[in-house]
Amino acid sequence: MAKQNYARRPMNRLVSSRAGKFAALAALATFSLTACGSDPTSASEPAGAEPGSSANASGLACPAGKLSAEGSSAQANAITEVIADYNAECGDKATIEYNPTGSGAGIKSFYNGLVDFAGSDSALKTEMKDGVIEADKAKERCQNNPAWNLPMVVGPIAFAYNIDGVDKLVLNAEVLSEIFNGTIKTWNDPKIAKLNSGAKLPSANITVFFRSDESGTTENTTKFLSKAGNGAWKDEPAKAWTGTGEGKNKSSGVAEATAGTKNSITYIEWSYAKDNNIPTAQLDSGNGPVELSGDAVAKAVSEAKVKGSGNDLNLDLKYSGTKAGAYPALLVTYEIVCSKGLAADKTAIVKDFLTYFSSADAQGKLPDLGYAPLPSGLQSKVKAAVAAIQ
Amino acid sequence: MAVTDTDATERVEPEPLAAQDPSLSPVVDHSAVTTHSPVPKVVAHRAPGTPADHVEREAARGVKLAKISRTGDRIFRSLATTSGLLIVLLVLFVGIFLLALALPSLQANQDNFLTSRNWTVAGNELRFGIAGLFWTTVLSAVLAMAMAVPVAVGVALCMTQYLHKRVSGPVSFVVDLLAAVPSIIFGLWGLTVLGPFLAPGAAWLISKLGWIPFFERNVDPKGSVFVASVVLAIMILPIVIAISRDVFAQTPRDHIEAALALGATRWEVIRTAVLPHGRSGVISASMLGLGRALGETIAVMIILTTPSPGSPFSPSIFAGGETFASKIANNAAEFDSPSKTGAYIAAGLVLFVVTFAVNAIARIIAERGVES
Amino acid sequence: MSAPTADAPLAFRRPSGVRTVKNSLATIFVTVATLITIIPLAWVLTTVIIKGYRLLLSSTWWLQSQRGITPRREGGGAYHAIVGTVEMALICAAIAVPLGVLGAIFLIEYGRGTKIARGVSFMVDILSGIPSIVAALFIYALFITIFGLGRSAIAVSCALVLLMLPVVLRSTEEMLKLVPDSLREASYALGVSKWKTIVKVVIPTAFGGIVTGVMLGLARVMGETAPLLILVSYAVGINFSPTTDTMGALPTMINAGRDQPPQMPGYERVWAAALTLIMIVMLLNLLARLIARFTTLKEK
Repeated sequence: MAKQNYARRPMNRLVSSRAGKFAALAALATFSLTACGSDPTSASEPAGAEPGSSANASGLACPAGKLSAEGSSAQANAITEVIADYNAECGDKATIEYNPTGSGAGIKSFYNGLVDFAGSDSALKTEMKDGVIEADKAKERCQNNPAWNLPMVVGPIAFAYNIDGVDKLVLNAEVLSEIFNGTIKTWNDPKIAKLNSGAKLPSANITVFFRSDESGTTENTTKFLSKAGNGAWKDEPAKAWTGTGEGKNKSSGVAEATAGTKNSITYIEWSYAKDNNIPTAQLDSGNGPVELSGDAVAKAVSEAKVKGSGNDLNLDLKYSGTKAGAYPALLVTYEIVCSKGLAADKTAIVKDFLTYFSSADAQGKLPDLGYAPLPSGLQSKVKAAVAAIQ
Repeated sequence: MAVTDTDATERVEPEPLAAQDPSLSPVVDHSAVTTHSPVPKVVAHRAPGTPADHVEREAARGVKLAKISRTGDRIFRSLATTSGLLIVLLVLFVGIFLLALALPSLQANQDNFLTSRNWTVAGNELRFGIAGLFWTTVLSAVLAMAMAVPVAVGVALCMTQYLHKRVSGPVSFVVDLLAAVPSIIFGLWGLTVLGPFLAPGAAWLISKLGWIPFFERNVDPKGSVFVASVVLAIMILPIVIAISRDVFAQTPRDHIEAALALGATRWEVIRTAVLPHGRSGVISASMLGLGRALGETIAVMIILTTPSPGSPFSPSIFAGGETFASKIANNAAEFDSPSKTGAYIAAGLVLFVVTFAVNAIARIIAERGVES
Repeated sequence: MSAPTADAPLAFRRPSGVRTVKNSLATIFVTVATLITIIPLAWVLTTVIIKGYRLLLSSTWWLQSQRGITPRREGGGAYHAIVGTVEMALICAAIAVPLGVLGAIFLIEYGRGTKIARGVSFMVDILSGIPSIVAALFIYALFITIFGLGRSAIAVSCALVLLMLPVVLRSTEEMLKLVPDSLREASYALGVSKWKTIVKVVIPTAFGGIVTGVMLGLARVMGETAPLLILVSYAVGINFSPTTDTMGALPTMINAGRDQPPQMPGYERVWAAALTLIMIVMLLNLLARLIARFTTLKEK
């Protein structure tokens, strides 16, 4: 075998020259990376919004600082738009981050001190559940001051369906309960047909889709079904689905599944049903079928009673026996804030932001996004509560 | 023969060594080495051939070797040993910690943990069991492995034995691209693109073989274990390919040449020289791939359809289901209480045990193969 | 031995029919396998590129964050996410690579055959089976529940170490195993101490494979979503600090946007973020190959 001529460059010199050069280059790249980014300025506003003339046009104080919040994904679409609008009004002075991790996670992070306020589809619980009393833990977090539940976003729950040739479907809570727990199995069941005289319902099996991830929407839907369903829905309302059907991940998964599967039905936030162009059922609460609209939902909310005391606006929603023209399947997302006890700089931003959120301006933009505005009576109560935050 | 440094400074030792050692093949890049070992100077450097040389050599024969400092060795050895022990401690700590979190829930469980398919963890009455999760996890991972490992070995063989070295470079780059795709994108792609694509094929399979419980239709095929397994297989391909490729590339050249010299076809060369040598490496790579398949969270969470609680068990690959990882991820946001968290952690621990068992078996197989 | 016949000298006789068929089948199988690998890859990449390339062409994508941008609005970029991903991955690598390489060295050089080494190997097997979510839960319980620290990028990096370590360690181990003992023995024969042998002979020989292992580990870790969701959540603004507050990263940016219907601008950003992540990992990959090529010793 011929003598091999091996390269004589010693290993260590090679490493320090070539690899060293690479390392230096990489370090340089990393440093330049940290230097050159920036936040976008809120010059862009959605079409149709009034141009923010001056920073304090709406009487906002616009303090600077950083705020972090977490919670319900049902209000995610609404609150991100409101944050962006608030930034536009205030010239980007404050940074507000909202993370739609889920109502339970939001409350937990709130009373663990990880976020400054939480968004939740249900108010803080006052009974012991799973080892904690949420209201008490929240009070601890707020330096022994009570935490308030401020209803801010009303989210209608749509019952979206996909049936060929049926563009109007009327259902009521009892029939829905039976569909969702598997008692009613086909679309041409007499109970459905009774509510839909004249519609050609197929004999196909009903495919139900539900949220496989724990969700406040599931909890509120099951609350509605159990309270308004005349006993047809026997399980406790819970974040985890106990009925029948196929589970999909997140609202987008459920929406996509329903849109893509014939003879299916699901419960979903109205904004997602609208965005995915899925037809929604009309609800008959005893006074005739009511189509899902912002006004119909607002009528239902206006019949809610305030359960909480003082500025704690915990609502007792009325799911059945509502006035004519009301659509009672809805959820209300509360912003859970410390009435007192949050750091001063954060409190300033919380107050200012929630003042904007509860203003007619911001609430008026919600129907376009698939939500309903707070009825005026409730709006003024919320405004008063926000003003009372210290 | 005493070691003197005059010898070392005149010649480069490794050349004859390399010529004799057949495992140092010119084909394989990594094995060439030159060393200029820093042998400490014992004698002053003198040009050879001077009259005093002979005297010097006589003196050099009895000279003491310079002390080689052992501190470097000691430090390095302790570093390496500490790392090893640290890893052991870390794993033990993780295991014990999680076990401690899971035990209270396990004790409060009213169902049999291993055979129950219920999962009620909220409230005071805990009833949970992992039978359903176990089935889906193992089924999807095994299917994924069955699809991925033969393909990966084939590709690795292609890159090392069939393709010219210049072509295999870009090909391995392309394979590494597959590893670069984030798992969440595989989930989205699997759900929106692959699922609908496989649906007709799945429907055909169901129509032909649907009478076998393993193939009966259960949920919409887009969200079935079948689609999830295919996506998992695609995800573990790059790991298995990359390591197998490196292992096959290091097959001793002389074995290959010997086989060729005996008139073997290329396949026979592979069968007799490459595969046996690379067997433990391939098994190791497969285990890494299996670990990935068992623990994959987001992609499975997005694709798999969750069955409703209380629905009957279906062994079909066209059923939905939840794996350990996807179940935990779906509910991670709502870990309100220690008992709830404990139940999910208990499920995660079972996953550990499963993976470990498979690895242990594979390691035994690999070691036995090396001995024989 | 029979005298060679006039027509077919023994040495040039073709292999038997069966052997040739087997050989051809093997070639076909191998080719098909390669195609099977390349097709889904091309498919996924094409999907990602077609859906996401448009946004990458503008400089705002690379230089701006998503602060103030909602899924319904155009604008902003992925700067915050790129910085976050790179930062978390680098911190993770800084811990996992030394630990993994040293651990592999222990297994192969110092402990080969000993009981301790078998124990360590066993533990690494167990580690490689941890699902990313369980690793995240562990760190969550440790850092956030027990120590009371808030969300941070360091917590994520620690969780990611648990995922990257087995990959680095195993591939380093396989590479070190493949370094021929004759090299080590030659070095010892020349009087080189053991640690210098390892550092200057064994590791450089195995360097290419080690770098591959590190790259594989990094690729896996950069694409992880579940640990990030639990431990550092998602921030739309820029945050450089690894010890405080939430931080954005590319996988969580994808996750935050995937809930939107396809007609929203936010949906396109999901695919653009995916494409960005793929590009970053490939860049790392290329860098690794170049380093491996230039630092591995070659012969002429």
